[in-house]
This record gives sequence, C-alpha cells and structure tokens, in this order.
Amino acid sequence: MNHGQHRSLHLLGKIGELSLFGSRFFVGVFHRPFEFREMIRQTFEVGVRSFGLVAVVSFVIGAVLTMQSRPTMIKFGAEAFVPAMVAVSVLRELSPVIISIIVAGRVASGIGAELGSMRVTEQIDAMEVAALNPFNYLVVTRIVACTLALPILTVYGDFIALGGSLVVQKVEADMSAFLFFNSVMSSINFADFLPGVLKTAIFGFIIGLVGCYEGYTSKGGTEGVGRSATDAAVLSSLLIIIADVLAVKGTVFFFEME
Amino acid sequence: MPEQTPILQVKNVSKSFGDLHVLKNISFDLYPGETLAVLGKSGTGKSVLLKVLVRLLIPDTGEVYFENKHIGGISEHELNELRKHIGFLFQSAALFDSMTIGENLNIILAKHTKMSLEERVARITESLTMVGLAEKIDEMPAQLSGGQKKRAGLARSIVLRPKLMLFDEPTTGLDPITAAQIADLIESLQQNLKIASIIVTHDLPTAFHVSDRMILLQEGAKVYDGPADLKEMEQTHLQDFVEAAKIGHGSIKSDDTVVK
Repeated sequence: MNHGQHRSLHLLGKIGELSLFGSRFFVGVFHRPFEFREMIRQTFEVGVRSFGLVAVVSFVIGAVLTMQSRPTMIKFGAEAFVPAMVAVSVLRELSPVIISIIVAGRVASGIGAELGSMRVTEQIDAMEVAALNPFNYLVVTRIVACTLALPILTVYGDFIALGGSLVVQKVEADMSAFLFFNSVMSSINFADFLPGVLKTAIFGFIIGLVGCYEGYTSKGGTEGVGRSATDAAVLSSLLIIIADVLAVKGTVFFFEME
Repeated sequence: MPEQTPILQVKNVSKSFGDLHVLKNISFDLYPGETLAVLGKSGTGKSVLLKVLVRLLIPDTGEVYFENKHIGGISEHELNELRKHIGFLFQSAALFDSMTIGENLNIILAKHTKMSLEERVARITESLTMVGLAEKIDEMPAQLSGGQKKRAGLARSIVLRPKLMLFDEPTTGLDPITAAQIADLIESLQQNLKIASIIVTHDLPTAFHVSDRMILLQEGAKVYDGPADLKEMEQTHLQDFVEAAKIGHGSIKSDDTVVK
C-alpha cells in the first residue's frame, strides 16, 4: 500500500470514528445528567471570548469587500448597489464561513488541547471512576455550546461587517448611515439572512464535535495533545468548507433563491 | 480471612494489547478491611490490573466481582452506582485542573449525594483535614506541590467514604520523606475508615509499611501471593526482586527488617 492510499484509509477511518462519536453525542444529549450550568459556562467561553476576534475579522471583511468592489461597480455605473452587493455577500456566505473558520481555529484547537491534556493526565479516567459521566460533562456541553454560540457570533459579525462597509462608504463616497442601511434593507430579504445564520449552527456542531473527538481520543502524551489541537483545527475547517457546499445546495433548494 | 465474604474477587483475568500480553490469568480475592499490595517492575501490568478492576479497561478473559456483582455484566448505570463505592488514587493524582481543590471534592458530593451545601462543606473540610490540606480548599491544583496533589487526590477519592480504595503508585515521583508521609496517611485512613485497599507500587518499603498481604507480578503473571513477609518472599523465587529493592531503597536494612 503506498503512502497516499494509507493516508486515504486513515482519513476514512477517522471519519467513521467521528460518526460514531457524533452518534454517541445524540444519545448523550437526551440522557441525564443534563449539565446546564457547564453548558452555559462553555457557551460563554466559546461565544463571549470570541467576540473581539470576530469583531476585528468581520469589520475587515466588510471594509475590504467594499474597497475591492467599489472601483468595479463604479466602472459599470452601479455605485449605488455597493451596499446591497456587500450585504448579500456578507450575509449569505462570507460572514458565516469566515467567522466559522476563524472560530474553528480558536475553539476547536482549544477544546482539542484541553480535553487532550485531560486525557493524558488521567483526569477523564478520574471522572469515569468517580461516576461523573465525563462524556456528558465534557463533550455534550461543549458541542451544544458551539452549536448555540456560532449563530449568535454570526449575527453579531454580520452587523460589524456592515459597519465596516459603512465606514468605507462614508470615507470614500460620503454616504450617510441612513442611506446605506436603506439601500441594504431594500435589497435583502429573509432568505439572504436566515440560511446563513442557520448553517452556522451546523458549522458550530462540527467545530465542537471535531474538537471534542480529537481531545477525548488523544493518545501519546504531550506530543499527542499538540497533534490533537492541530488536527482539530485543520479537520474542522475542512469539514466546514465541505458542509458549506451542501448547505448552499440545500439553501437554493429550500429557499428557491434566484 | 476465609470466613468472610470477599469484597472483591478477581477470576482468571487476562489482558493483551496487540501481541503484548500484559496480564496472564490473574486471580485473587480481597476481604473487607484487608490491604493488598501489588508489586512488580514497571511494565508488568500493575496499573492495567487496577484499571480492569473498575472497568476502565475490559479484560480479554476472566471476571471481576465487587460485592458478588460481576462488573463486566452490568449496565452503565449499575456500574456508576458501584463505582461510588470505590475510590481511586491515580499516579498523577488526576485533579481536575480547572477547579479548586474544594470544587474537586464538591463535584462528586453534589452529583452523588443529597447533602445540603452546609453538609457538603463539612464533609469536604473533614476529608481535607484528614490529609492535612484543609487550608488549601480554595487553591487551584497548579498551586500545590506533588505531594500535596497526591494528598488532595486522596481526599477526593475518600470523600464518598468508599468500601474499596485503589492506589496507583501513590509514592512514585515523591522524595523519601513525602513518600513516607503519604504511606503514613494511607495507613491512618485505613485504620480510621476501615477500607479494603489495593496498592499498586514498586516501592517495597511503602508496600511493607501499609499492606497485610502481597502479590508479585512478573511479566503479567502472578508469582507470589502471600503475607507481607520479607523472609517468606525471599524463600520463594523472588530473591532478585527483593535484592533489587534493598539496593534501591535504604529503608530496608541489611538484616531484612523494614524500617516503618
């Protein structure tokens, strides 16, 4: 078996294990103990602690997209459509995907490292022996937290990105906030906003699932913890991009987008 | 103690990892209040044996019975009920490092008892006092020394007042004075709480200090099961192990008496 085949088999095996781990989550999430307090704490960890990062990234997305597209739009005499173009791009695609990938880098690797270090220092075994149900306490809470936090972060990021675009429009075209938002609101509808937010719940689930899987099954001491953190960030980003293709296809189908 | 019912029965347990046969057909009984030391060189399957006893690992063959209940044949819920009666001190203490020492104990009481907050605080303080760490209740595990972590881990493992305690290398990585303190602590807890214990170690002086009976493992097989008596052990084919332990540890004197 050559190296490429070996890698492909390894990846397929990992996706199989990940699916089993995910099915264990769906069993755990409906069974006691429900760790609500830990769930809230984790949602705070994932959500609130990502606010700063998401704000910077979103502002830059909005501002750069506006700066890049303005000259072309002017060339076609469509300068008035810049806010609408930016809003549709940001709400439908850029904000959900870029925020999810950025959060995957921060949160999935963080969860992978945290649970990985708990695994190699026998803390997860200690929870098991103390009958504390570590899967529900550590895994279910984090996956639910990521699934809840990502849509909230995306809505927050959407507004910041539009704010970034507004700043550029103000500086370069002296456009008022009223005119900007009037243009945005008249060009978007619910189908532009809702699917983008809903798919981030799936992306959040992927981030939590992959981060927890990599950490919970970590092996090989401190080196293994490092590998878990890296693999969590890489695999979750890759799966987000793949899931986005399916989500866009589904959105076109269900919302009959033009 | 043949007239008593064993609290723990291990019957023909074997465990392999791939081609590596870690445990080979191990059997023994443990009686209430008895302290058993499991000795052996590193890599002879001592820690694996402890993990098999609480079903952290599932044996390839053989059965483990706790209070006549086969732990391999019960549901997850029943297993968790049973685990409440077993304390486990891990080699690294395995304190939950995102919680304070008090929270490490409280999470177990809050999950498994209906105690009020005041009752829990009293039990936590009592357990920490037993190990001499009452003043560390609000500190994080990272703020403690190695010996203090072991003591905090011990307090956590006895907070539910278990019937059986399992110690995985309780003195490894500690200086001789702290190791002796931990051994004293284990002995005093056994006297105060009357708990049956299994201590896995390769530290012979500690084993002699705290145990009534010893099992020696060599390459995964049980080669000695008898009283904690150095003379008797030497008469069997354990000469090498005892001699090595004497050289490695100053607390066994040349006349074969063990300093306690």
